[in-house]
Amino acid sequence: MEFRPILNALMRNKTGLLLIALQVAITLAIVCNSVFIILQRIEKVNRPSGMDEKALFTITSLGFAQDFDLRGSLRQDLEALRSIPGVIDATTINSVPLSNGGWSEGISTLPESVPEDQRKNTPTAIYILDDHGVNTLGAHLVAGRNFTADDVSYRSRDDKGTPNSVIVTQALADQLYPDGNALGKPVYSGLGGKGSSSTIVGVLERLQAPWVGWDKVEHAMLVPQYQIGEFDSSARYLVRTEASRRDEIMKEAERKLGEINTGRIVRGLRSVEEVRGDSYRQDRAMTVVLTTVIFSLLAVTGLGIVGMVSFWVTRRVKQIGTRRALGARRFDIRRYFMVENVIVVGVGIVIGLLLTYGFNLWLMKHYELPRLAWYYAPLGALTVLMLGQLAVFGPATRASRVSPAVATRTV
Amino acid sequence: MFTYYLRLAAISLKRNRILTALMVAAIALGIGMSMTSMTVLHMMGSNPLSYKDEQVRRVQLDNWDINEPWDEDYPTEPPDLMTYQDANNLVNAHKAEHEAAFFPNVLPLEPEKREIKPYMVEALFTTAGFFPIFEPPFRYGTGWTPAEDRSAARVAVIDAETNDKLFGGENSVGRKVRLGGEDFTIVGVLAKWRPTPRVYHVANDAFDDPQSVFVPFSFGIEKKLNSNSNNSCYKDSEPGYEGLLASDCIWIDMWVQVKDEADAQRYLGFLNDYVNEQKKSGRFARPLNNRVYSVSEFLEAQRVVGRDVRTQVWLAFAFFAVCLINTVGLLLAKFMGKAPEIGLRRAVGASKPAVFAQYLTESGLVGIAGGLLGLVLTGLGLLALRKLYAGTSIERLAELDWVMVGLSLLIALTASLIAGLYPTWRACQVQPATQLKTQ
Repeated sequence: MEFRPILNALMRNKTGLLLIALQVAITLAIVCNSVFIILQRIEKVNRPSGMDEKALFTITSLGFAQDFDLRGSLRQDLEALRSIPGVIDATTINSVPLSNGGWSEGISTLPESVPEDQRKNTPTAIYILDDHGVNTLGAHLVAGRNFTADDVSYRSRDDKGTPNSVIVTQALADQLYPDGNALGKPVYSGLGGKGSSSTIVGVLERLQAPWVGWDKVEHAMLVPQYQIGEFDSSARYLVRTEASRRDEIMKEAERKLGEINTGRIVRGLRSVEEVRGDSYRQDRAMTVVLTTVIFSLLAVTGLGIVGMVSFWVTRRVKQIGTRRALGARRFDIRRYFMVENVIVVGVGIVIGLLLTYGFNLWLMKHYELPRLAWYYAPLGALTVLMLGQLAVFGPATRASRVSPAVATRTV
Repeated sequence: MFTYYLRLAAISLKRNRILTALMVAAIALGIGMSMTSMTVLHMMGSNPLSYKDEQVRRVQLDNWDINEPWDEDYPTEPPDLMTYQDANNLVNAHKAEHEAAFFPNVLPLEPEKREIKPYMVEALFTTAGFFPIFEPPFRYGTGWTPAEDRSAARVAVIDAETNDKLFGGENSVGRKVRLGGEDFTIVGVLAKWRPTPRVYHVANDAFDDPQSVFVPFSFGIEKKLNSNSNNSCYKDSEPGYEGLLASDCIWIDMWVQVKDEADAQRYLGFLNDYVNEQKKSGRFARPLNNRVYSVSEFLEAQRVVGRDVRTQVWLAFAFFAVCLINTVGLLLAKFMGKAPEIGLRRAVGASKPAVFAQYLTESGLVGIAGGLLGLVLTGLGLLALRKLYAGTSIERLAELDWVMVGLSLLIALTASLIAGLYPTWRACQVQPATQLKTQ
């Protein structure tokens, strides 16, 4: 192998070597970290929410007439919604999972009489819904029971109506009672009056909180109540339909609610798919932007190599011709350029690995991103190595076609 | 001479089309990528109130839990919002030129015209100081007075869009609008106003539009409303609305206008005295930690510029760096390929500076071409971003303004000249004699 002569030739053209190596290094660092970020985002977007997303939509009613009767309106609306053909179930709910707006509370397994610093509040999302809630969400109970009509109480600001029973997600149950038997145990929260507790009657396999970026996204607690007259007379409904008929039923629901009572405004008709789309839009946009960056970068670096090598070939035409005249095969000429490329890209990879880990450390510090898995760097290195070989193949082939006769010409 | 160099450069660029195309494409891609992300950052990071940054001050008091700070990640920051009682006390004390205390919520609006259905409007329940502090432009009328705040007068300022909808764009000052079941007299109509970011209230979404109607703060309290934005409590409040008003729950934005930095310090002194006074009644358990942030300090503290956008800008510039390195390499290749030509010119009398000027011109020409193409790519990139972020507030930020157009061209030209420096310098080192020998 002509390793030494290649190295010697390269050393005489340090600038060219350095320029390509630098490009390769930065490319490697950006590609590794971008792929890492992309995969993290994809994983985040694909987490199951614990509800039957495709079959769900939400709609809001807001009474404005002076004599508006929210209690009566709630009953009427729920009956009307549940009676629409194709509707599986409907419930009131204070906020929709994944919607980015909701209620969070710190809850505890210890009563309020225990000093604040020993209570160890666990944060959780609160969903206030009725006995149809679990079925409407399409969530799975893994232990205990669902709410019954008797569990559901009314809740207003003045009459907090302590909920006797609550349902929690598995993740929250594990956090509250790590020994694994949360069922039947008390939960203390600011939801009821002072010193009141609720009993965990059921555990859901999974249900996400409204905030998709929250690190406690699987902490949720269901509270069986009808919220009335908190500060206004609004109600939000969640409706589960046969998935294929959702869109037609959405229109029907809006029309029907509008007819029942003209002393209110019906608004906020949205499918949960839309809600999810909005909440994750930034994450998906980020993956598209990063993918574009990766491919543009690979293209630029690849084309840069093509350009530089083409130039080197042109400059060395006479040298190549001489070698050919002295008996070098076409294969040898091509191999020369390809080995040369491996050396140049290799230097780039060494610098690039340092940059990659530096960049990753920076991301870890400022973005709370985890450490790059060990296989990213070698895979990235292999990718740029192959990119280099691909880029050099064309010019190297052209070089190998240089006729030995060139050597005999003067210029 | 310059036009001669330009002509030579054009000829030279035409001779090796592929190499030229690669260089232009590299610069264009780099410019396109970095300018696209810069535009978004530029819009996010701007401060529409920069012209009175010293005067407009965000007031923050640390009334939070003795056991844990407001924000665990930034433990020295006081809460960003205020309790009702503090906001009310500070407005009543009137120790600044103007005070604005406000919270947002929605109100049903019933138009006089029967053909328009009642609908919900986003309302800002604010004290009169809002208008002189944030200076929204009025098309008709003005804001209301602090006296009208105190009497909870039914007065309203509506935005241009609402005025168009309800009154066909006419001067509606003095007319009535029915809000929350009560008649309000319109005292002012705003012209189009879209501060980006929405400095006065950055919670939830700093790039949202301003509210559509503005009504007195005292009316909202009378209606027993609280904010539909953020409400935070660190302990339970007493029951009922009175309980909320008397609690340490925070939900009100508070701003004041002072004369200058010295006046701001005087106001901070007043705040500290106020908090010390409150400590006597058992509130404000934490050590003194009050703020009078200027607008820019506030935007910084609230981290209005998103992390994703910052990452994208960093990436874009790294990308640009790769494109430039690429261009340096290609220019070098190109100029060194012309060593015989350079040698000949030097031999027949061209000075080093002349050769230098000639090849720098060529680099600049590549830069201009790359910049122009990059501008087109920036436009396409922003279009794509608008599609990607459709429905979010970033969509609106992806707009090219003339500043960015100029900046793109300037950066492209500067970058290509810098990229051309080393190759040009190398071109000048060509010895006339050695080149002629091989000819």
